Amino acid sequence: MTITDYERVPTVSTEQNAALAQKLKRLWETEPGIAGFFSTVDHKEIGIRYIITAFAFLIAGGLEAALMRWQLAWPGRHALTPEQYDQLFTTHGMTMIFLYAGPVLSGFSNYLWPLLLGARDMALPRLNALSYWIYLCAGIFLYAAFAFGFGPNDGWFNYVPLAARAYNAGPNIDFYALGMILLGISTTVGSINFVVTFLRMRAPGMSINRVPILIWGTLTASAANIFAIPAVSLAFFLLWMDRNVGTHFFDVTTGGSAMLWQHLFWMFGHPWVYAIVLPAMGMVSDGLPVFVRRPLVGYTVVALATVATMVLGFGVWVHHMFATGLPNVSLSFFSAASLIIAVPSSVGVFAWIATIWTGRPVFTTAFMFFASVIVLFVIGGVSGFMTGSVPVDWQLTDTYFIVAHIHYVLIGINVFPVVGATYFWFPKFTGRLMDERLGRWNFWTMFIGFNIGFFPMHISGLLGMPRRVYTYADGMGWDWINLITTIGSYIFAIGVLLFLINVWKSYRKGPLAGDNPWDAPSLEWATTSPPPPYNFVVIPTVASRHPLWEDRLQQHEGEGSHVDAGLVLDHGREAIGTSSLDATPDIILRMPRDSYAPVILALTATTIFVGLAFHLWWLAGLGVLATGADIIGWLWPERALGETREPAING
Amino acid sequence: MADRLPIETALPVGAIDTRATGWWAMIFVIFTEAALFAYLLFSYYYLAVQPHAQHTFPEGGLPDLKLAVPNTIILLLSSGAVAWAQLNIEKNDKRHLVWGLGIAAVLGMIFLAVQYFEWAAKPFALASSPYSSLYFVVTGFHMAHVVVGVVMLWMLFAWSAMGYFNRVRYAHIHIGALYWHFVDAVWIAVFFTFYITPYLGLRA
Repeated sequence: MTITDYERVPTVSTEQNAALAQKLKRLWETEPGIAGFFSTVDHKEIGIRYIITAFAFLIAGGLEAALMRWQLAWPGRHALTPEQYDQLFTTHGMTMIFLYAGPVLSGFSNYLWPLLLGARDMALPRLNALSYWIYLCAGIFLYAAFAFGFGPNDGWFNYVPLAARAYNAGPNIDFYALGMILLGISTTVGSINFVVTFLRMRAPGMSINRVPILIWGTLTASAANIFAIPAVSLAFFLLWMDRNVGTHFFDVTTGGSAMLWQHLFWMFGHPWVYAIVLPAMGMVSDGLPVFVRRPLVGYTVVALATVATMVLGFGVWVHHMFATGLPNVSLSFFSAASLIIAVPSSVGVFAWIATIWTGRPVFTTAFMFFASVIVLFVIGGVSGFMTGSVPVDWQLTDTYFIVAHIHYVLIGINVFPVVGATYFWFPKFTGRLMDERLGRWNFWTMFIGFNIGFFPMHISGLLGMPRRVYTYADGMGWDWINLITTIGSYIFAIGVLLFLINVWKSYRKGPLAGDNPWDAPSLEWATTSPPPPYNFVVIPTVASRHPLWEDRLQQHEGEGSHVDAGLVLDHGREAIGTSSLDATPDIILRMPRDSYAPVILALTATTIFVGLAFHLWWLAGLGVLATGADIIGWLWPERALGETREPAING
Repeated sequence: MADRLPIETALPVGAIDTRATGWWAMIFVIFTEAALFAYLLFSYYYLAVQPHAQHTFPEGGLPDLKLAVPNTIILLLSSGAVAWAQLNIEKNDKRHLVWGLGIAAVLGMIFLAVQYFEWAAKPFALASSPYSSLYFVVTGFHMAHVVVGVVMLWMLFAWSAMGYFNRVRYAHIHIGALYWHFVDAVWIAVFFTFYITPYLGLRA
């Protein structure tokens, strides 16, 4: 056995080849029907499922918000009891932050990454499927508890001692804790998949200074998740132990510390904020320039600022804890860090403005959503900058000002980019364009409704209205502001409804889009809409940042990029592995077939958590054994994966 | 067009050396696991500096090193055995590969057994105090990782005996070895925290 026994010279095709396309389709296509549904590892299928599931949770979270706004529209209303209100605002926060905002970006990135990178799939396709299935199971787990009246009820950041057994005796927090640990597994494996895909799966020639900004956004978010998720999973695990087996981590009366919870939670929590906005900012950085007909201004600074924001994002968590009585020196340090982070995080905004300024805008709906992010980001950013100052934070913490801030950030820099991205990439996903006329109505309803609904919250906060109150007395001076907020939020909800209607209508009857309806520059537009199961007939070769705009930009290297000529790789499911910085091909990777192992693993892992939730230790033990068996089966070596000759059966 | 296409270059097929996707994935699994232990030890140090009554942190006074020190050496030896197994497969010595993995797995099991006696000998229970909670949870997390590692080593042992690996295709071995070396390395941090720092003055 020398290395040459395992080597092959990959063939190259230089012309459109229908027979090859047919063969690749047979190799990569998922089996139709129920078997394919549960076994597929196609990143496009998984991405779409992620997006649909995340939107389902967005709708659920939106309905919860609508109920709360109904209650708060006038003073002194009691449609909801305090207990119901507690569960509603906590479940709303949990849903939007953990079950919508992160996963929806995973969905887009899952679908888009291999296409943007010129790859056949993600680096670890089965892990990708596992990530989705666990996300779904965790979401169902958390919502099943909510359906039985055991939803979390101490706020999404779940402070002890309020969340300790002594003050919250029901099973609510136990379900929240276990569900969050399960969801953390999904996020972790998904993040590892993105990072490895970035390092190994880029098309030949796509050096790291040629990847789209969305790749940078999701990459930095994923790298951050790898280091941040363990903090929150551990915090919830320790809390579950405190509540269920009597440990003393957060028990102040015996020498534990309630502050330990806050540290662990926010060491995760603040990086998470950037994890759920940086990929969305990447969408804007890639989508917006297409509609102003020029490349993004300042690619390099934007990419570096993305990374810098994330790195600094690990050093600002204490600004969530300014009012806890920490020493002044600690407050000064974290205040300074929180103010400094405004610099890298605003680089993107300046780049977008400069891009529009120097370009020629085409006012599509996608453009309007992307451009509106500039406005909303500035408002949300300034309110964040304000509360980065300790004395201002002492005045404003736990008021509606903070509620306004978090919504400008999460809706302004997550929902608006995501809706814009849907208008932008919907033609690639489905082969059909979305309705532009309805799109205008959709945009203006959402934009106006959002600002009417959420801007006044700054004022109610300044007037002293505390967050998380289930009702308020007459004569506090908050009446009109709350009524306006409720009206605005309902207009915003109508806007979201128009969006869903547009998606549904366009999916059925939208005009056919063709491969590249926007005349966009990146690789996903080089393949058909929707893309075939194998993405590209031949692996593209990349010579610049804008492979499809090279004729007009003339910034490429050598003879330019090739999308119709390149490596064939048709001996089974195969992909090209390339070096991490320069993307020089260094291996032919054998990609996995469709598999039931991921869905089974998700179910066995969920079984463990169900067992723990109901104290059915035998069930949890059974789940552990089944999970172990599934992993062993998953990892079992296959001799055929080292075959260099083409198996006859594939022909 | 072909000047940038690697048409004449032979490329390895499948999971070969550090170009295997799984090898990269394991690197990041280790990063996230290392972060987990960093947060666990952060929790220890954070609670250690809170006010405690005398002799409650560590509970029962300074920890006994009688079992912990030899056990640490056993775990390090098992890492050595895995490293030896890795050297053997690179020389295509499949028999000594199997031996190396088997020895490492047995040493891992001895470590678990000694840890069991160490637990049993402690004068406190999980729910006694913050210190006892930390002790059992942190060492418990580590033991869980050792259990996973031992199962993994036995699987690699079986697959090696079944002849799945040779001097070119041994990515499974290298990936598994990475994990095992990590589990051993992180024990050093756990050992230092729980057994050494109290002697250095971090105690109540």
